[in-house]
Amino acid sequence: MAEIVLEIKNLTRRFGVFTAVDDLTLSVNAGEVFGLLGSNGAGKTTTIKMLTTLLPPTSGEARVAGFSITTQAVGVRGAIGYVPQAVSVDGSLTGYENLLIFAKLYDLPHREQPARIAEALEFMNLTADAKRLVGQYSGGMVRRLEIAQSTLHRPKVLFLDEPTVGLDPIARDAVWKHLVDMRANYGTTLFFTTHYLEEAESHCDRIAIMHLGKLDALGTCKELEASLGPGHTLNDVFFHYAGSALDSGNNFRAVSAERATAERLG
Amino acid sequence: MTATFIHPLTGFIEKTFVITEFELRKLRHDFTELVTRALQPALWLLIFGQVFSRSGMMHTGNIPYLDFIAPGILAQSVLFVAIFYGINVIWERDLGIVQKFLASPTPRAALVLGKGFSAGFRTLSQAVIVYCLSLLLGVKLNWSPLALLNVLTIVVLAATLFSTFSLIIACIVKTRERFMGVGQVLTMPLFFASNAIYPTDIMPGWLKVVLHLNPLTYVVDGLRTCMLAGSTSTFGLSLDYTAILLTTTILVFIGARLYPRLAT
Repeated sequence: MAEIVLEIKNLTRRFGVFTAVDDLTLSVNAGEVFGLLGSNGAGKTTTIKMLTTLLPPTSGEARVAGFSITTQAVGVRGAIGYVPQAVSVDGSLTGYENLLIFAKLYDLPHREQPARIAEALEFMNLTADAKRLVGQYSGGMVRRLEIAQSTLHRPKVLFLDEPTVGLDPIARDAVWKHLVDMRANYGTTLFFTTHYLEEAESHCDRIAIMHLGKLDALGTCKELEASLGPGHTLNDVFFHYAGSALDSGNNFRAVSAERATAERLG
Repeated sequence: MTATFIHPLTGFIEKTFVITEFELRKLRHDFTELVTRALQPALWLLIFGQVFSRSGMMHTGNIPYLDFIAPGILAQSVLFVAIFYGINVIWERDLGIVQKFLASPTPRAALVLGKGFSAGFRTLSQAVIVYCLSLLLGVKLNWSPLALLNVLTIVVLAATLFSTFSLIIACIVKTRERFMGVGQVLTMPLFFASNAIYPTDIMPGWLKVVLHLNPLTYVVDGLRTCMLAGSTSTFGLSLDYTAILLTTTILVFIGARLYPRLAT
């Protein structure tokens, strides 16, 4: 039995009368690539924000790498990496500087910092551009730098909120190649949200589909397809569970932020 | 992950300066800001200052009116630059930068104070500008190294104070439009209800009460004491420093509590 690195129990978040995440329970094994799917407003981002300690849950609990998100938030923060949906590196610093600040904030031993940063740059194929301002990077480079930044301290779990939104297919492939390599080299658990079903299909060990805050389906892609009977695709699965939601939850700010991100990266 | 234990206080100070360092590194790449900021104090001193000093309406004791307002204009330009600093964190919030820092184990107070200090150091250029203008206008300045050190320290601390205040407003209003509105509303009262451009004894009683609660008053008093040759302090330098440091500490504490709101 694999070690459980992420354990979510009855996690709930309400905003006034609106329940964004409703009694979510699931667990993720160490080293797993886990995809959280669902239409807009299904509660994916709210879930990630709670797991990364950015948003306290209304009720329920989760343990990340053994730390409670409600009572041991600092422990959780030290054990995870987080790549938000929006651009999270600083355009007015160089790629190298963006990594250096995080090496310092995560207390990497001073002597190891240069080697660790060089390795991360090499790994993400950014060595040649390390001294350039990030404001001049392409979308795919920005995302790779963000992943380098969030994994510098070798987190046990890496949370990614729509890591490939706004990227062209080539950049998306490059990002995934690096993510998969990272799991292979460091055993990092990947927990990510996405709208792209083919990404979930080709990279995830297991997926969960959320709909209106609730967990509707959980399993491997094959299992979920088989559960609808023979000859079904993941697309059918998604529509079966989430198809009735016609763009339910997103507000104006979320939409404009998402499009702005897509524009900046693309 | 590192397993080494780091004392919370050492960690806090270290992280504060990491944040400050990288905020200042950003400045290296863009100097235009420094130049455009020079305009406002120049207008106040060259136009407002000169006109009012000729009018003879202001009685500022044994120091000329232009000398009197030079430290006031320095304090004002520090205030005006620092009070809009919070717009940066709103910008960083609209990207995902704030969220990423908040998901790291960095103490919240270090994030807030680190940004405050960086605003403090950025504002030092204002001191250089006001000193140049003062020289040009014949203001009698105190050039003793200790006085200069005090002026620079007060400028950094004052900018830290007002930029932290600005950051608190940003955490509350969260959008650029509302932030600009609130910023505009706050700067003028802070400026006019202070001793920056007129002597306090001509003020009505109620305004004097506000004046004593306004941190800018102590900044102006401290600057006036140290910047001018032969000037005496109204409150005493130690009270000025105490008022500034105490207010900053309280604001950093509040800012650290409110900063996580930016991630939601």
